[in-house]
Amino acid sequence: MNEHLLLEVNGLKKYFQTKRGMLHAVDDVSFTIERGKTLGIVGESGCGKSTLGRAILRLLEPTAGQVFFEGEDIAKLSKEQMRRKRKEMQIIFQDPFSSLNPRKTISETIAEPLRLNGIINDRKKRMEKVLETMEIVGLAERLINTYPHELDGGRRQRIGIARALAPGPKFIVCDEPVSALDVSIQAQILNLMKELQESLGLTYMFITHDLSVVNHFSDDIAVMYLGRIIEKASSEELFTNPLHPYTKALLSAIPVPNIHMKMERILLKGEVSSPIEPPDMCRFAVRCNHCMEKCKASEPPLTEASRGHFVSCYLNRQE
Amino acid sequence: MTLEINNLVVEYRTPDGVVHALNGMDLQLEKGMTLGLVGETGAGKTTTALSILRLVPNPPGVIADGNIKLNGEEILKKSERQMDEIRGKVVSMIFQDPMTSLNPVLTVEDQIAEVIERHEDVSYKESYKKAREMLEMVGIPGSRGSDYPHQFSGGMKQRAVIAIALACNPELLIADEPTTALDVTIQAQVLEMMKSLREKNKMSMLMITHDLGIVAEICDTVSVIYAGRVVEHGTLKDVFDNTRHPYTEGLFNSLPNLTNRKAKLKPIKGLMPDPIHLPAGCSFHPRCNYATEICAKERPEKVFRTERHFTECHLYNEENIIKGGVIKR
Repeated sequence: MNEHLLLEVNGLKKYFQTKRGMLHAVDDVSFTIERGKTLGIVGESGCGKSTLGRAILRLLEPTAGQVFFEGEDIAKLSKEQMRRKRKEMQIIFQDPFSSLNPRKTISETIAEPLRLNGIINDRKKRMEKVLETMEIVGLAERLINTYPHELDGGRRQRIGIARALAPGPKFIVCDEPVSALDVSIQAQILNLMKELQESLGLTYMFITHDLSVVNHFSDDIAVMYLGRIIEKASSEELFTNPLHPYTKALLSAIPVPNIHMKMERILLKGEVSSPIEPPDMCRFAVRCNHCMEKCKASEPPLTEASRGHFVSCYLNRQE
Repeated sequence: MTLEINNLVVEYRTPDGVVHALNGMDLQLEKGMTLGLVGETGAGKTTTALSILRLVPNPPGVIADGNIKLNGEEILKKSERQMDEIRGKVVSMIFQDPMTSLNPVLTVEDQIAEVIERHEDVSYKESYKKAREMLEMVGIPGSRGSDYPHQFSGGMKQRAVIAIALACNPELLIADEPTTALDVTIQAQVLEMMKSLREKNKMSMLMITHDLGIVAEICDTVSVIYAGRVVEHGTLKDVFDNTRHPYTEGLFNSLPNLTNRKAKLKPIKGLMPDPIHLPAGCSFHPRCNYATEICAKERPEKVFRTERHFTECHLYNEENIIKGGVIKR
C-alpha cells in the first residue's frame, strides 16, 4: 500500500433497480487520491458523479467494488464501524438551503456530529469547539443562535463546511459546494476551502459540473459520462490536451468571459442516452462526431495514453 | 429604439418593510440589438423584466416612479386589455426555470398553439400546424408535440419554452437566465439556436444572466446592475476591456481564470446589501475597496467615458474616466 494514497477506489459499482430494468448509475469506476490533493469529478446531470461521492462514503451502499481508505476496505465494515469511520470522511452538500435542518440553530447543527459520534461529550467543551470551527470558516460568533432561514446562501454554505470540519476529517467529498451561490460569494467559499486544505492538510473529492471552477480547484480531474470515467489526467494536461471527443466538446462549450478569445465550438448531437441497461458499446458513440464501427461493437477500456493521462476511446489507441 | 426605461422605481411593500428592488433603473435597447443585464441575486434583474411586461405582482409590488417606453409608447399607461395584446405578441419572455414554467397537464403543442390562437387570426387547425413548425424550428421533431412536459428532458423543455415565446414573432424577447438550469453542452446548443433565431427574426433581446461568459458570447451591449441601479453600461468592448466600476472589476476578479489556473480568486468582500435597509450614498460602498467618505453620503452621478459608456462612481470625473487606471484588474 502506497503511503501517499489516502483513498483507492476499485471497480466501484452502484446499480439501482427500476421498473424498466437495472440503472447503472456508477459502473466500474476506479481511481486513487493522494493525501492533501484534490480530485475533481466533472460531468453533466445524470452521469453518476453525486452517486459516486455517496457510494464512497457508503451513504449509498455500493453494489460491488472496493473502497480503500488508508489501506482499509471500508466497503466491508459493519454499519457501526462505518459510522465511526465517518468522522474521518465527511461530505459538503450542494444545496445550502435544503441540507440544513431548519429547526436547528447553527450551533446545534455544527455540534451534532460531535455529539453523535461521541467525539466531545462535555457540553461546554463542545461549544468551545463549535465556536472555534465557526471562526475558522468565517462565521461571526453572534450568529451562534440563528436559524438557517435567517442567513444567506454564502453563510449557509459556511455552516455546511463547519459541520463537515468539526469532527476533524481527513477526507471531504464536496458535492457541488458552490453551484447555488453568486459569483462573488462563490469566490469567497472557494478561497476558504483552499485555505482550509492547506492549513489542515485535507484531501478533497470535488464534484462539479462547472469546468472553470474544477480547473481552478483540482490537481487531477476525472471526466464522467453515463456512470463511467472516460478520461482522467492532471488538470493542466486535461485542459491543454484533452483526448476524448466528449471532453473536447465539454471544454469548448464553456462560455469564456473574454471577448478576444473565441473558441471553436464543438456542438454535440442529441442528448445523453439512457443509463438503464446500457449495451456493450462506447456509451458516448451515439453523440460522437468520430464514431467508428468498432465503437459500436464493444466498449473501449480506460488505457494510459501518456504518463498519467487515461482515456477510454478507440481514436487514441495506437495499435 | 425599441425599449427605453428611465428612472424606474419598484418597491415591494411587505409587513417587514419596503423592499427597494429597483431604485432608478435606466436601460436602453436598440432595435435588433441584444442587451445583457448582469448582476447577482437580488440586484433587480427579474423585477426589471417583469416591469416591462407589467407582471410585477401587486400587492406587494408597486411601480412607484419612472417610465418604460416601448417603441416610444408608454407601457405604464396602457390598459390591462392593451397589455394582453403586447404580452406574447410584441414582447415575449423566457422564464428561468423550464421545469416549472410549462403546464404539466397540457401537451407541449397545446401550450404553443394557445399563444398563436390568442394573437393571430388563424383557425384551430392552423394553430396546431404552426405549433409543430415552431417545435421543428427549435430542433424538436413536430410529432413530439403531443407529448406532455414530463416526457421531455431539461434541454427539450427549455426549447419548448423558447418555441412558445417565439411563436408570434415578438419584436422584443426577454430571456431570464434561459440556460442556467441546463448542462454546458445543452447550454451551448440552446445559445447557438437563440443566436440564429435572433438573426432570422430580427428581434431585439434582453438577456438576463449572471454569467459574464454568456454575455461575451451573445450580447452587443451590457448593463451591470447592483442594488437596483445600473452601475456601468457600455458596449461589450467598453465593459470588458475598459472596465471602470469597482463592482464590475470585482465580478471579473471572482471568476476562475481558465488560462492561468494558479491565479488566486479575488472575491468581493461582504454580502449583497439588505434591500430593505440599503446603505446611504453609493449602495456598493460597504463592499468597495476604493470607497472614500463621500461614497457613504452622496449617490454618485453618471460619468461618461464615451457617448455610450458610463459608470456611476465617485472615483471618476470627466478626465480620469477617459484615461482609466484608477482600478486594477
